[in-house]
Amino acid sequence: MITIALSKGRIFEETTPLLAAAGIVALENPESSRKLILPTNCDDVRLIIVRATDVPTYVQHGAADIGIAGKDVLDEHGGAGLYQPLDLNIARCKMMVAVREGFDYQGSIRRGARLKVVTKYVKTAREHFAAKGMHVDLIKLYGSMELGPLVGLADAIVDLVSTGGTLRANHLQAVEEISAISSRLVVNQAAFKLKRERLQSIMDAFARAVNAG
Amino acid sequence: MRNWLLPEYIEDVLPAEAARIEQLRRRLLDLFRSHGYQLVIPPLMEYVESLMTGTGHDLDLATFKVVDQLTGRLMGVRADITPQTARIDAHMLNAQGVSRLCYAGSVARTQPDGLAQTREPLQVGAELYGHAGVESDIEIQRLLVKALQAAGVQDLHIDFSHVGIFGSLIGQGRVSDALEQQLYGVLQSKDQSALRALAVDLDADTREALCSLTELNGDISVLDAAARRLPASAEISQALQDLRQIGEQIASLGVQVSFDLAELRGYHYHSGTVFAAYAQGYAGPLALGGRYDEVGLAFGRARPATGFSLDMRGLVTALPPAVLARGIVAPQGIDAALLLKIDQLRAAGEIVIQELPGHAEHRAELDCDRELVLGEQGWQVVQIAAAGNAAAVL
Repeated sequence: MITIALSKGRIFEETTPLLAAAGIVALENPESSRKLILPTNCDDVRLIIVRATDVPTYVQHGAADIGIAGKDVLDEHGGAGLYQPLDLNIARCKMMVAVREGFDYQGSIRRGARLKVVTKYVKTAREHFAAKGMHVDLIKLYGSMELGPLVGLADAIVDLVSTGGTLRANHLQAVEEISAISSRLVVNQAAFKLKRERLQSIMDAFARAVNAG
Repeated sequence: MRNWLLPEYIEDVLPAEAARIEQLRRRLLDLFRSHGYQLVIPPLMEYVESLMTGTGHDLDLATFKVVDQLTGRLMGVRADITPQTARIDAHMLNAQGVSRLCYAGSVARTQPDGLAQTREPLQVGAELYGHAGVESDIEIQRLLVKALQAAGVQDLHIDFSHVGIFGSLIGQGRVSDALEQQLYGVLQSKDQSALRALAVDLDADTREALCSLTELNGDISVLDAAARRLPASAEISQALQDLRQIGEQIASLGVQVSFDLAELRGYHYHSGTVFAAYAQGYAGPLALGGRYDEVGLAFGRARPATGFSLDMRGLVTALPPAVLARGIVAPQGIDAALLLKIDQLRAAGEIVIQELPGHAEHRAELDCDRELVLGEQGWQVVQIAAAGNAAAVL
């Protein structure tokens, strides 16, 4: 049995064609089904629907053999105990630093100001600012980061930006790219050794579909 | 103040689990002993300088540290017994030929680690010093297979690699230490896209060879593919030849064998074949090992070395529970015949518990299925009657 961990929404939608290339079709739609374990047309493959941030954890502990997780989530997790053999080039976006419109970000860096930053991605933010030699106070939030600078909670945010629509709607502007993000195939180490043939056929099909797309 | 709570990832081992671990420990140490591996008991703590040389190089942040009140020097609680064993071989034993050592004991890690996600793994291992050839690798690997089989692990799978291949590809000094470190990191996660980006300034042949390492995994045919895809060098062809010989010998023990040339675990101190054991039911490797020839040098005497170690807490997680022997309850008393009978039963390997006064109603907690009663033929063992059934004489 191969268990694949996926999250609902954009990752599931963009993974469906890849799974189809490997001959795997989910028998139920996670958006309408309340089930957390979805059967597929292959007797030996099942999908589990988990929160995006939990995908690396399920795979690391062997509760799922493979999973699809954003690079953002993997960087926060640290990637211990995981192989990341394939960049699927789906769910592409950027990890950015953004500030209120009119805020002089570069000027504050030059002045050596100690910025307050709100983010869900504490590890990524800490490493980014440490590499720049900036002192920051990080405040962890679980959502609606854009609000932080507007209500005086913080000077800047670190968050994923895909179209920039939310930033514009809240009068924020991106000032710095931290990294390009896309979704990766992650594989449990033991599963990679013990279920190699079956996993390899899925990985090869994914790789062909990615290269063709 | 709830003062009975333990720190995170630190736990007691309760009787049922302790019995299982102790059974396993005895079985493994007896097996090592029968193969000529002598038990050593290194100290729980020593100066950080000796803990963190050689194989301990990667262990700095994993090691708990305390100040020695006698000297003011920094001591560490061991995070791995392997470097201690290497120190013993290099300086305490002074053997000119081969020495075979084994050990079993607790180690401490600052971060939870391994299958059991514990900060106090119970490490058991065997090390062989003084022989550089593939024969000693095979001896150690056969011992690992026998140890895991004796532990009751089913469907064993051993995965092999050789760190000399990566070393030969990046060459001596052709790549900066920082880049070497990064290349090593991305190879460990098989992240080919990141590998390509990092290797962009290397020559095309080296880049392609490094990328091919992430794909060179699978059964023994991988070694043929590696010979075709990797550049020809004496070092690489020797490594592939060693792996082939090892793979054939270990496969003959009835275990699955695979190769993965991107596995470089312990690259900083390993110098040849490295291996990891996997089995159904375990989410990660259950034992790790390899060759580490240069480590003794840090202790003043370079000795070829190969060995393996495993965490018993992790190993028992997927093993069936131990069948615990149940005991015989005996009444309180100083009757000579009673005491003699108790001694005889204990000498025969039985558990005999003499009841203390005032605890008759807690008898069930003793977990005994039989009792000693005085009958016409003296003291006899009888089955403890389940409610309503008459006692049967055994």
